[in-house]
Amino acid sequence: MTDSKYFTTNKKGEIFELKAELNNEKKEKRKEAVKKVIAAMTVGKDVSLLWYNFRDCEDPNPLIRALAVRTMGCIRVDKITEYLCEPLRKCLKDEDPYVRKTAAVCVAKLHDINAQMVEDQGFLDSLRDLIADSNPMVVANAVAALSEISESHPNSNLLDLNPQNINKLLTALNECTEWGQIFILDCLSNYNPKDDREAQSICERVTPRLSHANSAVVLSAVKVLMKFLELLPKDSDYYKPEILKQEIKVFFVKYNDPIYVKLEKLDIMIRLASQANIAQVLAELKEYATEVDVDFVRKAVRAIGRCAIKVEQSAERCVSTLLDLIQTKVNYVVQEAIVVIRDSDNPDLRDRGYIYWRLLSTDPVTAKEVVLSEKPLISEETDLIEPTLLDELICHIGSLASVYHKPPNAFVEGSHGIHRKHLPIHHGSTDAGDSPVGTTTATTLEQPQVIPSQGDLLGDLLNLDLGPPVNVPQVSSMQMGAVDLLGGGLDSLVGQSFIPSSVPATFAPSPTPAVVSSGLNDLFELSTGIGMAPGGYVAPKAVWLPAVKAKGLEISGTFTHRQGHIYMEMNFTNKALQHMTDFAIQFNKNRPFYNPDRLTYTTQFSLPNTLYRALHYLKILVPLFEVAVKNNIDVFYFSCLIPLNVLFVEDGKMERQVFLATWKDIPNENELQFQIKECHLNAGE
Amino acid sequence: MSASAVFILDVKGKPLISRNYKGDIAMSEIEHFMPLLLQREEEGALAPLLSHGRVHFLWIKHSNLYLVATTLKNANASLVYSFLYKTVEVFSEYFKELEEESIRDNFVIVYELLDELMDFGFPQTTDSKILQEYITQQGNKLETGKSRVPPTVTNAVSWRSEGIKYKKNEVFIDVIESVNLLVNANGSVLLSEIVGTIKLKVFLSGMPELRLGLNDRVLFELTGRSKNKSVELEDVKFHQCVRLSRFDNDRTISFIPPDGDFELMSYRLSTQVKPLIWIESVIEKFSHSRVEIMVKAKGQFKKQSVANGVEISVPVPSDADSPRFKTSVGSAKYMPEKNVVIWSIKSFPGGKEYLMRAHFGLPSVEKEEVEGRPPIGVKFEIPYFTVSGIQVRYMKIIEKSGYQALPWVRYITQSGDYQLRTS
Repeated sequence: MTDSKYFTTNKKGEIFELKAELNNEKKEKRKEAVKKVIAAMTVGKDVSLLWYNFRDCEDPNPLIRALAVRTMGCIRVDKITEYLCEPLRKCLKDEDPYVRKTAAVCVAKLHDINAQMVEDQGFLDSLRDLIADSNPMVVANAVAALSEISESHPNSNLLDLNPQNINKLLTALNECTEWGQIFILDCLSNYNPKDDREAQSICERVTPRLSHANSAVVLSAVKVLMKFLELLPKDSDYYKPEILKQEIKVFFVKYNDPIYVKLEKLDIMIRLASQANIAQVLAELKEYATEVDVDFVRKAVRAIGRCAIKVEQSAERCVSTLLDLIQTKVNYVVQEAIVVIRDSDNPDLRDRGYIYWRLLSTDPVTAKEVVLSEKPLISEETDLIEPTLLDELICHIGSLASVYHKPPNAFVEGSHGIHRKHLPIHHGSTDAGDSPVGTTTATTLEQPQVIPSQGDLLGDLLNLDLGPPVNVPQVSSMQMGAVDLLGGGLDSLVGQSFIPSSVPATFAPSPTPAVVSSGLNDLFELSTGIGMAPGGYVAPKAVWLPAVKAKGLEISGTFTHRQGHIYMEMNFTNKALQHMTDFAIQFNKNRPFYNPDRLTYTTQFSLPNTLYRALHYLKILVPLFEVAVKNNIDVFYFSCLIPLNVLFVEDGKMERQVFLATWKDIPNENELQFQIKECHLNAGE
Repeated sequence: MSASAVFILDVKGKPLISRNYKGDIAMSEIEHFMPLLLQREEEGALAPLLSHGRVHFLWIKHSNLYLVATTLKNANASLVYSFLYKTVEVFSEYFKELEEESIRDNFVIVYELLDELMDFGFPQTTDSKILQEYITQQGNKLETGKSRVPPTVTNAVSWRSEGIKYKKNEVFIDVIESVNLLVNANGSVLLSEIVGTIKLKVFLSGMPELRLGLNDRVLFELTGRSKNKSVELEDVKFHQCVRLSRFDNDRTISFIPPDGDFELMSYRLSTQVKPLIWIESVIEKFSHSRVEIMVKAKGQFKKQSVANGVEISVPVPSDADSPRFKTSVGSAKYMPEKNVVIWSIKSFPGGKEYLMRAHFGLPSVEKEEVEGRPPIGVKFEIPYFTVSGIQVRYMKIIEKSGYQALPWVRYITQSGDYQLRTS
């Protein structure tokens, strides 16, 4: 380290002078020197070397001893650390608890600088001994230090939690400061009780913490309870699955709430929406939709659509609320309402039909806008948290992960190897319904077709064996052609999944996208390996996922129709300055178009004489794809519309008679007429 | 687990003082904070948690200061925010007011405090009364060499020192209830709750044991008393001195109090009560000409009680001019900088009904941007009255020296977040 030069050569340095002054005989001089030091510290100079005066560790005043051991740990110079060992060992056994609690933290500091030495010197054992210390503050700091250290030792059982020392922690919990209580509770939340009886007894002793004035203590207690309640039988007094269900009013938005509070409240309101409170929720959302903050208004309108999906029975009510809003004629309200109605993800066609019918009978002009609107769907928010992620986030209540709604490894560097937390599994039952977060989980259960997020995606994708890494040339961009969407290739895939495979490639950064249409192409031609069929219109690739929204990954693509199959072609371009690896892709099965249960519809497209039926079907459906792409950086979602033309078959030419007969077969009620104006046709088209 | 470093920045984002607890983040990272904050503010996406690259900033604002904690890890965010607010509390108790000036004037002590409040990212002693015993304003530790850590710091009772003496042993109990109300434009009550706090001023010698008796419904049920005249407290939160497991067990509120002022407990009641001051309003806007406002206020509490310092703020369009008022009681004042009319009534007895009319001109050219519809707000204070009916039944004070101490109780009900939406 560069700093160590001060010890040997730089005799004339500022530090040296200060040191001399600090040791001056005159009190006044010393006092002046201390002031200088503090001034130096406040402007950011490293003056820690002034304090390597280890004699202080022997000072009769415990405050001085503690200060010495505290500053010792701040000297981040490798060579010195070994001189710290003996004083630290003494301080860990100091008679004064103030010194011991400071020494406990010092072990964590030292571990940060030289982990090996801390282990070799047996300091970890000393820390573990401090868990049994008579002073609750010492216990708390020892727990904090051990927890911190064990973060970098994911697999070791550093804390060695067992019923005996858990009992010690629970005793200290009642006596230590509010912060100490948090350290202990956070530590407890990592413990796995051996049976439901132990879990219950811990819950009973943690529950009083819910009445603590410090909200961080309360949240840490909630975390422990949420985890351990999982282990309790459902009929016990303790099991209260729907903790916030009655509290929806608390989340009503106030005029003077900061915008982030407003948005967060909105989100919670939707998550808590149920048949019992939907009327109230809708009345509120309608109120918010008439506020002035455009962004908030849009989100409020969208929330109405989310309610319709979440509380199915209320769909009709939601629609009429939206229709009311359309009547306001406020530009962005109407726009948003239209998008929401179009996006109403109701899988039941009759409901959708009903919405359109209502719309038509109320406001034909708007109906036209709805049907003809070209607006891309705005669906970047995932409404629901995927169950395994939710489980993981429960283990991180109160932490940044729970604020970001992301697992820690998505935003903490170097945490990939660390094992992910999950809720304990109750004996004899493994179904997801056991999760204690009532409403939220209930939602996810009702909506099993949620896009899985983050790392789980890869594992959950399908039962496809990803196999050994395929030898793929390292290309800066590639074409993922021929993801077999609708054609017969489906049969060759496993089960209900549609995913071709993960992409075992590394994308190197590239300032300019260069399309290489080789290599991977073959990977995805799972079905028949059809080549490019000439003829047929292919739309130029459009950007589906702009790089700014996906941390540098740009996805553009188009749909093509070749020999009876519809293909989705995508270009992946890495515009970031880092490598991208571990790609996986998944399509949302939510859309009728892409729903395995509705394959009967889609396969019919290849039959020439059902052409019109296909069109008719399209008229009420939004032919939209929702896609999730995962890589080592994050998971990204985007959606793209399937252009009509790809649904047409190449040999779609019909005999006049056949066409007329087909036309006549269509029941009258399915027929709609409107005039197309300003459409110039050239001869020959 | 928690903060890597803590910064105190001035209003422009310039660091006034900082403490690097872990050394895993370059201190220069803080330079990104203010640009990031401004950018988010512009995007309308400002939040108390910002991130730049791998660094996360957790921040709060207090007067003209930003307190910012940084971390690289999945830190316990609630702990960090709780700690930052506690830091504000400690500094405020040390310097009376916490602002840029007080930080500059007390450099040395701020640095010392930052060192004592947190170690390696773990919050330590944050009780300002105890800190004041060994981290003193004079900072003359070197000369005397006597400064010692009070045993309190590591005691189980870490909030009270031994050897406190008063000539007259007294406790003052303030029971303060705030009423939060949210009423829809059509007059239906959306949210009505009472948030109560019990604050103590303790002037007691030695290490006294206190026990507070309330007409708590759960306690009455436990002890087989009649439920009449009891209140159902929800969401009860206690100061750290209260023995939580004891309360959980038999609803006894027992504690050794800190010295001086502190908030003993808070609670919430969601039982619907009649809004204490009910407002009916008609705000009629005639575009390009005028706005006419009629506000009727009614005291819906018992006749013996009086609401003091009533202030009803009624929103008016920002381009309104030439105000004229007529009130049956009190006075009305136009505050153009806030776009409201404030109708003040010094004393408002229960059962009474008052009226205010206001008239404003509007410019003939209408401005383009749409305005929000802020709610009507009401402020008031009703002494000698608790809306929930909570009562202090007793305060037992036992100290081994056996002195007699007097508890004094005061009740007050006031407006909390009291809003009535307008149409």
